[in-house]
Amino acid sequence: MTAPLLAVEGLVTTFPIGRARVPVVDRVDLAVGAGEVVALVGESGCGKSMTALSITQLVPKPGRIDAGRMRLAGRELRGLPVRALRAVRGGEIAMIFQEPATSLNPVQTVGAQVAEAIRLHERVGASAARARALDLFESVGIPDPAARLAAYPHELSGGLKQRAMIAIALAARPKLLLADEPTTGLDVTIQAQILELLRSLVQDAGTAILLITHDLGVVNELADRVAVMYAGQIVEEGARAAVLGAPRHPYTNGLLRAMPSRARPGERLAEIPGAVPAPGRWAAGCRFSDRCPLVFDACRERDPARRALGGGAFARCHALEGAP
Amino acid sequence: MAPAVAGNAIAAAVAAAGAVVAWRVRRSAYRRERAAAIVRRAPLATAVVALYAAVALLGSIAWTDPVAPGTVARPRSLIDRCFPADFGERSYSAPLAAAEFYGGAPLAHPGSHLLGTDILGRDVLQLALGGARVALLIGGVTSALAIPLALLFGVTAGYYGRRVDDLVFFVLSTLASMPSLLLLVALVMVLGRGTFQVCIALAVTSWVDFCRLARGETLKLRELDYVQAARALGVSDFRILWRHVLPNLSHLVVITLVLTFSRLVLSEAILSWLGVGIDGSWGQMIDQARDELARDPIIGWNLGAASVALFGLILAVNRVGDAVRDVLDPRTAREHA
Repeated sequence: MTAPLLAVEGLVTTFPIGRARVPVVDRVDLAVGAGEVVALVGESGCGKSMTALSITQLVPKPGRIDAGRMRLAGRELRGLPVRALRAVRGGEIAMIFQEPATSLNPVQTVGAQVAEAIRLHERVGASAARARALDLFESVGIPDPAARLAAYPHELSGGLKQRAMIAIALAARPKLLLADEPTTGLDVTIQAQILELLRSLVQDAGTAILLITHDLGVVNELADRVAVMYAGQIVEEGARAAVLGAPRHPYTNGLLRAMPSRARPGERLAEIPGAVPAPGRWAAGCRFSDRCPLVFDACRERDPARRALGGGAFARCHALEGAP
Repeated sequence: MAPAVAGNAIAAAVAAAGAVVAWRVRRSAYRRERAAAIVRRAPLATAVVALYAAVALLGSIAWTDPVAPGTVARPRSLIDRCFPADFGERSYSAPLAAAEFYGGAPLAHPGSHLLGTDILGRDVLQLALGGARVALLIGGVTSALAIPLALLFGVTAGYYGRRVDDLVFFVLSTLASMPSLLLLVALVMVLGRGTFQVCIALAVTSWVDFCRLARGETLKLRELDYVQAARALGVSDFRILWRHVLPNLSHLVVITLVLTFSRLVLSEAILSWLGVGIDGSWGQMIDQARDELARDPIIGWNLGAASVALFGLILAVNRVGDAVRDVLDPRTAREHA
């Protein structure tokens, strides 16, 4: 692949636990090409959201980024001065959050918030910003946009709020959208509409999306490539069809087998034994070794390396040793 | 002349502020509905507060009439002008009495002092009405000093945390660890007596509680999604504070304003009782009258007038304060809706 839009290499983000600094994001490599949708999948607490926050350098204290390079269109983001970072945030990388209900300021009209986002990154007058906001509301499919601009968040439904959030995120025409569980707080029918909207964005505006989710159904709908995270590491990465159709890592395999839609009626769902360990309490060697059905001696001794599997796919697993 | 000019300026400023607030309330359907809800909840108290405010406003507008050479010219307010210019007696007289209380000499204005006169022969009703201006001035000016101060420190401490928080909390703890009355008296002694000096002293001792509240609320708001979202959009810290944190604290500001107001007026009464109050306040009237209670027969009318005036204002403001909290606090608004 030629120079991706976003290239993350060896990202390590740590939090202090007791006296030690524990990496909650550990040596993550990730690339998102222009106009590509990459899904970052994993259970709660595996470090997905922290990876997204690291990219925008918004890791909450006392966490910090300890190592790694993050390049956006060739420009290193780490170590940029605050002013330049603020221009990147929202301007080139925008985020949408899980809970549309709480992601909008309750005491301002949504129109004022969209206009604020526009004027943050562009020198335009108030009336021009309003006109742009109207266009944005139309483009994200909000019916009666002029009236909706004057509405306060509590006057909008969950789906409309998420559309307004997306409009705010798109205000400065970002190249990359970090969507952190964009459909989790919504009804299934609204979820489908929002996914449709995101898909059309990719097609029309060429916006790349890093989609953070634990919902494999959403991944299947939208993603071009999939990266599976476990305990702060990306354990498997590859094209959607390959990862979801023929998973190589036992963790991915376990996740897929636990999906209700794949089970036969009356049959007990397959589960991955145990629970995600808290950061710092990971098994020695491979972090999945205490829950893995294929575990053998090497797994408990050495952390598996990131292994290229061909076709742009990677995995971290000793069981793939010597595999093509 | 100077105090009259200051009084007129304050009266004009207050009237202008009131007009702006009324205009803003009228313009927004939401605010109009909220204001109506407050009045509906405490109609009598709102009317009483409005009456006090009107009396205070009239008491603030004053000018000096040209006088005959040799006499001292004193500015007289609109309230004073409701009474005859020489409406004094030589000493105490009972309400509507025709003769002096001690000695029984005939009064200059027999039967016309509705609430009697005080030891210097001043009309008690006139004094009590004039006290409204002082009371509202203390409550208003002190709140105008204390609340922005508390917001500034509370919000920055809550938002930035760490060193700033430590520093602000050190100041708060230091102030809270001193007996507030002692600190108040000491401050008045240092700053000197006078309306604004007393207001400053009261502000220094009364911003602590709201600062704590504002800090706690900001700590909560800081972690909310829309503040995080604003940060992810590249909004600067100052703008986040100004557009996303402060507006979401405004209901607390309104509630605190009304509730501290009455406490401040009472504090001034205590200061007057300690001899460091403001001239013309109800507290001072009570202070001057307290020796009379030991006499026989008791002279109670000037004490009574000041106490009733003070009590009426505090009660009405507290009732309005409760109504404001009920209407603006989202947790109670739903129960009453």
